[in-house]
Amino acid sequence: MHKNYRLTHLKSLEAEAIFIMREVAAQFEKPVMLFSGGKDSIVMVRLAQKAFHPARLPFPLMHIDTEHNFPETIEFRDRLVQEVGAELIVRSVQDSIDKGRVNEEKGPNASRNALQIVTLLDALEEFQFSAAIGGARRDEEKARAKERFFSHRNEFGQWDPKNQRPELWNLFNGKMHIGENFRIFPLSNWTEMDVWQYIKLENLSLPSIYFSHEREVVARQGIYLAHSPYLTLSEDEVVERQIVRCRTVGDMTCTGVVASPAENVDDIIAEVAAARVTERGGRADDKRSETAMEDRKKDGYF
Amino acid sequence: METGYLDMDLLRFTTAGSVDDGKSTLIGRLLYDCKSIFEDQLEAVEASSKKRGDAIVNLALLTDGLRAEREQGITIDVAYRYFATPKRKFIISDTPGHIQYTRNMVTGASTASLAIILVDARKGVIEQTCRHSFIASLLQIQHVILAVNKMDLVDYKEEVFDQIVRDYENFSSRLDIPHVDFIPISALNGDNVVEPSANMPWYKGGTLLYTLENVFIGNEFNHVDARFPVQWVIRPQSKEHHDFRGFAGRVAGGVFKKGDEVTIQPSGFRSKIKAIHAFEGELDEAFAPMSVTMTLEDEIDISRGDMIVKQNNPPTVSQDLDAMICWFSESSQLQLGRKYTIRHTTREAKCIIKETKYKVNVNTLHKVEDNLEVGLNDIARISMRTSSPLLHDPYKRNRQTGSFIIVDDATNATVAAGMIV
Repeated sequence: MHKNYRLTHLKSLEAEAIFIMREVAAQFEKPVMLFSGGKDSIVMVRLAQKAFHPARLPFPLMHIDTEHNFPETIEFRDRLVQEVGAELIVRSVQDSIDKGRVNEEKGPNASRNALQIVTLLDALEEFQFSAAIGGARRDEEKARAKERFFSHRNEFGQWDPKNQRPELWNLFNGKMHIGENFRIFPLSNWTEMDVWQYIKLENLSLPSIYFSHEREVVARQGIYLAHSPYLTLSEDEVVERQIVRCRTVGDMTCTGVVASPAENVDDIIAEVAAARVTERGGRADDKRSETAMEDRKKDGYF
Repeated sequence: METGYLDMDLLRFTTAGSVDDGKSTLIGRLLYDCKSIFEDQLEAVEASSKKRGDAIVNLALLTDGLRAEREQGITIDVAYRYFATPKRKFIISDTPGHIQYTRNMVTGASTASLAIILVDARKGVIEQTCRHSFIASLLQIQHVILAVNKMDLVDYKEEVFDQIVRDYENFSSRLDIPHVDFIPISALNGDNVVEPSANMPWYKGGTLLYTLENVFIGNEFNHVDARFPVQWVIRPQSKEHHDFRGFAGRVAGGVFKKGDEVTIQPSGFRSKIKAIHAFEGELDEAFAPMSVTMTLEDEIDISRGDMIVKQNNPPTVSQDLDAMICWFSESSQLQLGRKYTIRHTTREAKCIIKETKYKVNVNTLHKVEDNLEVGLNDIARISMRTSSPLLHDPYKRNRQTGSFIIVDDATNATVAAGMIV
């Protein structure tokens, strides 16, 4: 053969993710794509556009809103949805609290992160979504390393890690009984670095909080948390101003920010390459116990 | 600005070893030495090691993610790990070595282009080594690295290594593995994993990482027989794309170019490729494993499960086929004559397994013809009939169009994986 037919690693990952998205559209009656406004979900929207171009996305986007989000993320979300011409559904944790479906956590480490599970499961039931596409990656966390592309959930929305369907070649089995559903993870094989490199390759825009800015922060358990009205300070904690950026974008109460001068995607790629702490290292929600993620996933978390 | 990553390629490999061969330690070592393990992960592992009372930091805990695994010190499922060097990005499918987990190795191997098989230098080639190699061969993995681990425990002796190489060559001549590399290592001490070992000056080959970075992976897809299983039909139904009818899918083999004369299987209708579309614009050509959308010159009824192929090179179209299968279900055995669902490329059909011809004893490679019950982890040669024709090639020719899974309609579980003979 006179020509070298090969794809770069980013193009291979892209082709795989597009294949998964099309497979979801073909195999499930009513899929939805979860969208948080974070970098992974921004990459997912681009991949979905690519999968169905020149048609519109064959599924709506849904944001489970803790209402403790960085305001920059929400502005960005609304702008992107409009650009893409997608349908956006928002369901809020506050509503779940108001309806008495969940109780707000108390104390200085209170977070709405775990409460999202109930809002998410209620929303999936409300719209009868049979599959929810999410941006989780296997490199994020050790329980996620054992996750499937097509992750089966029982009628309670729970994950059973010991009883997962084997996935071979590119054959995916999305069959299920009534009341069950699937979580789908097209970015399973991507790492944090791949996501940033892809953002660079595709020239995607991001919420400003990913880039270096000055912000009021509070040091807690070795990480900086963004100061906000939702954060309860203990007596010995002080608010300070630092030059920081977010490595992940979650609930303001549990998403750590890192001291960083990175002003653009190139700077961030260099920073990620040199990083010695995982991106979820700043997530207080994962630090609750050794198996915090596994336990939340079994309850229905992403 | 470093832009080398825009030209990196991807190698997917699987690792197999028996219990205590040091597989988790090896993966931990690779990740650690390639700086893919972070301080917070290491701290967490140090804390767990201490809690368990381990004398040294147990790198195996980096890969054993689930509670049951950490408590029992076993690996229960396929786990995926990632690391990269400036040359390549690597995806490891890490599968446990226990006898009951043949199905996990089959799963991990199905997407791998290379397998690292570990042997303990003190034990040499054992039954499990044979099993792992047989599965690698069955799944058509083109390249095996036999990593002879724990060389530190045999005083780094060349004779020990040479004997294992001879034993393995003897045995593997019965298999279909085109390339085998042998590397003496100590995962625990890092000898020949990332850095060349000062303890084994007699070994002149590359380290494990060097081999992973440089092994040729261009033959991982078939670029000869053009195969495009239609996955989804794109009809925008918008003003600007009123008549657009695109066939979306992932190229499963060969090269497609604009203007190519094609046949649609199984209908047999003929047409020409009008354009190959991607989000960025039109492409001149598409090859495996690209995800693209094609439009054709003629209006033909095409739907998911159909296949676009070149006119002079069709796949086999038939309802009767022979295959090697691996049975995955713990709760039910293969029932001859029962209806199952089969998934092959983007096509779904019903199937009946008519006959089990023989089973393979994976430890001795002997054919078993007296007991033909097929249960969990069994590998068997079967013949089957499907409710509609499958558009297929032998698995040896094309892993994408030669593979299938079988689904139990009562439980929806994936009960078997198959490779068309």
